[in-house]
Amino acid sequence: MNTQTSVLNIQDLVVDFDTPDGVVHAVKGVSMAIAPGEIVAIVGESGSGKSQIAMSVLGILASNGKASGKILFNDQDILHLPRKELNSIRGSKISIIFQEPMTSLDPLYRVGEQIMEPLRAHKGLSRSEAKKRALELMRQVQIPDPERRFKSFPNEMSGGQRQRIMIALALANEPDILIADEPTTALDVTTQAEILKLLAELNKQLGMSIVFITHDLGIVEAFAERVYVMQSGEVKEFGSTDAIFKTPKTQYTKTLLDAEPEGAKEPVKKTQDIVLETEKMDVVYGHAPRFLQKDTRFHAVKDTSLRLHKGQTIGLVGESGSGKSTLGRALLRLTESTGKIVYLGNNIDKVPLKSLKPLREELQMVFQDPYGSLSPRMTVLNIVEEGLQTHKPQLSKVERQKLSLSTLEKVGLDPSVRNRFPHEFSGGQRQRIAIARAMVLQPKVVVLDEPTSALDRTVQKEVLELLRSLQSEFSLSYIFISHDLAVIKVMADYVMVMKNGKIIEEGVTQEIFERPRQNYTKSLITSSFNLKELLSEV
Amino acid sequence: MTETVLTHDNKPSEGVVKGRSLLDTALLRLKRNRAAMVSLWVIIGMTLAAIIGPAVSTHSYDEVYNHFVGEKPSIGAYPKQEQITPITERALSRARVDMEDINISKDNVKISVVNRKQEPLDPRITRYLMRADIFQNVSLEILKADPQRGVISADIKPLRFLMGTDQNGRDLLTRILVSLRISLMVGALATGVALIIGVTYGAVSGFVGGNIDNLMMRFVDLLYSLPFVFFVILLVVFFGNNIFLIFIAVGCIQWLDMARIVRGQTLQLKQQEFVQASEALGVNQGNIIKRHIIPNLAGTVVVYMTLLIPRVILLESFLSFLGLGVQEPLTSLGVLIAEGARYMRNDPYLLIFPALTMSILLFALNFLGDGLRDALDPKDR
Repeated sequence: MNTQTSVLNIQDLVVDFDTPDGVVHAVKGVSMAIAPGEIVAIVGESGSGKSQIAMSVLGILASNGKASGKILFNDQDILHLPRKELNSIRGSKISIIFQEPMTSLDPLYRVGEQIMEPLRAHKGLSRSEAKKRALELMRQVQIPDPERRFKSFPNEMSGGQRQRIMIALALANEPDILIADEPTTALDVTTQAEILKLLAELNKQLGMSIVFITHDLGIVEAFAERVYVMQSGEVKEFGSTDAIFKTPKTQYTKTLLDAEPEGAKEPVKKTQDIVLETEKMDVVYGHAPRFLQKDTRFHAVKDTSLRLHKGQTIGLVGESGSGKSTLGRALLRLTESTGKIVYLGNNIDKVPLKSLKPLREELQMVFQDPYGSLSPRMTVLNIVEEGLQTHKPQLSKVERQKLSLSTLEKVGLDPSVRNRFPHEFSGGQRQRIAIARAMVLQPKVVVLDEPTSALDRTVQKEVLELLRSLQSEFSLSYIFISHDLAVIKVMADYVMVMKNGKIIEEGVTQEIFERPRQNYTKSLITSSFNLKELLSEV
Repeated sequence: MTETVLTHDNKPSEGVVKGRSLLDTALLRLKRNRAAMVSLWVIIGMTLAAIIGPAVSTHSYDEVYNHFVGEKPSIGAYPKQEQITPITERALSRARVDMEDINISKDNVKISVVNRKQEPLDPRITRYLMRADIFQNVSLEILKADPQRGVISADIKPLRFLMGTDQNGRDLLTRILVSLRISLMVGALATGVALIIGVTYGAVSGFVGGNIDNLMMRFVDLLYSLPFVFFVILLVVFFGNNIFLIFIAVGCIQWLDMARIVRGQTLQLKQQEFVQASEALGVNQGNIIKRHIIPNLAGTVVVYMTLLIPRVILLESFLSFLGLGVQEPLTSLGVLIAEGARYMRNDPYLLIFPALTMSILLFALNFLGDGLRDALDPKDR
């Protein structure tokens, strides 16, 4: 590749981490070149070392990390630059946006101040000049009413708006390169589409290069011009987006491309028994106005009715904050609600919490975050057998273990790992453990709260397959909560779309996806499936 | 940060794989921290010395050597040659006999004595010499020709005061060992009390939440508002001076901090999905606290504990310094330092040795605490 025409040229970059378990090679000799004005994507699963490249470029590796090789920015090696000189480049010539817009802004300062800071530091602008420029930037990233928003604190803004502020911050000094490290992973699909659109526009307007790090091939296809595919610290394949997507050369790229969820679920017959039913369910957080206290009531779920048949999967879709998780929890009476809940013909909404124990056995839940949902101090076996200890105390220790181990096997884990701890497993394996914990009690209804959204696509596919086979084996009924329409489309046979705590549309999956009635549903579907079209408007 | 992805998917199953718990990882990391490991060994050494030391020592902590008051630290044995004659004279004068001649060899003395009265020597006068601390195997041979005279033969008992003796003639080393024992005991017991009450109270308060949490924490605030020294003085006034009172008093105050820290942690843990998952499993609250909350608090609690022990030791020393703590002849580091400070000008070693012991102990505990905190910090994973 020609050094002359590339603004950033990484040559033979090696990143090692010194850990108690020995040296971990995170990046093993990666070379890449980025031309001015180009949008380049780095794709790979978690742990493939893609973020570490970005960290090395900016010199912000974790303290136990060591990078070697060459990173040429406009033919100047910035990897071995002293801190002072590096500071004049990073933040002004090269800037970065992180994944988590919730934590990358300082909650103590107004957003306007935070945009002004790099302007004053790098360019030496006066207060009033900096403010003028900051407002201009906020307009550029399309924040409505920037004068008012200038004085807001980060916690007053939504995730999408915060990410816009982060972009404004990154743009403040007109960088030559913008590195975006999974900037939309934490956002809803519709917001994601807006942010991508904004980035594409900015790329056209300002002519900076964008290095986009992601694991989502859908975004890459619609957004990037060139792609580097990474696996375990090495670049497996690179080339133009079209070439990679149409004629992938390596097996790994093919697996990645194949990892899009597939299949469909036949609707269940109306004659099947109803397992779980709710009528006019409301969930209200907070309390009514009291003496000297404000009204803190927040209607998380409003007037919701739902009917789950045996063997059915109801997909609950909606953006974050739409109340879908709350509804899932309320169904299992993990959150207090009003309205009727009927399980197998019995009213369970008035049963006192203490007497719910027998029901807990049959109504199970799988959580989103496979890192947070397993107690870090318990072994796999202990985690799985906890439910049995609670509900089947008559079992002997040996029987309990036998049952737990066979369940582990069923979810595709080798029983020999029983004495390991959760942190020793990958995300997909952890989610299998979490599923095993729910399945060991042989439940009838399982609420799956975003069970695959923290996983890579390839792993996600395996977990979805697992959930499917478990469903057909035990004729389980699922409530499948997700913001990922691609997953809902293949897993659910009935879809309910939630917005602001209300179900605004529901119907058989095929119907909803082919003929959405509500505008909201339509925009959700376009943002998920027609990203390319949306971005080509730019 | 670094994701060491462990994929065991395709491995054939060969027996049960032993997992490495977070605690194992933490220990591994601790082992690489040199300062912490040295501190750990220092603490172990000091604890052993405190437990075994006083029993092994040739002196008892309350044994008074009248003849050796305020001796300087030395490796050589007492009594020194020049000390023997005056000590012997004094002992004999008490026995009302006169010394005619004294013959000092390396570890034996031969004394010719004569009774002041015109009477035969009483063989019981050897007792006076026995009482002089420095002699053993004292025997009296009365001359047949003149029963008024005799020859006393006695072995010299060598005494070593490695750190010297205090103003009452007690061995400082033994007293330091005993005081170390008291200090460590106070540290361990008070911390234990703080641990048990604090962790349970904090975990329950944080986990149950709501009004009960409010009530429990206000009670803690109430106890916080009690002035500590005042509280101890009151206890001493009502129940008399007693070492166990100190344990109780210190423990009673220290668990408050622990309860607050644990409560905060619990509130955070409660939001974790694995706790919610157990709730969804129908596990009852007691078991959730026992199985999920408390084990996950371990890191924070261990760190806080290693930092609490030195605080408690300091507190006890402070109380003893004021005279509210342990009573003579029992001693603690605080008492020793207070005494040492009084004789600082003439006998600085009386201050230096106890202060050094205390400093080393506190340094070691603090280094270990820091090391543990770094080792258990999950962010560093």
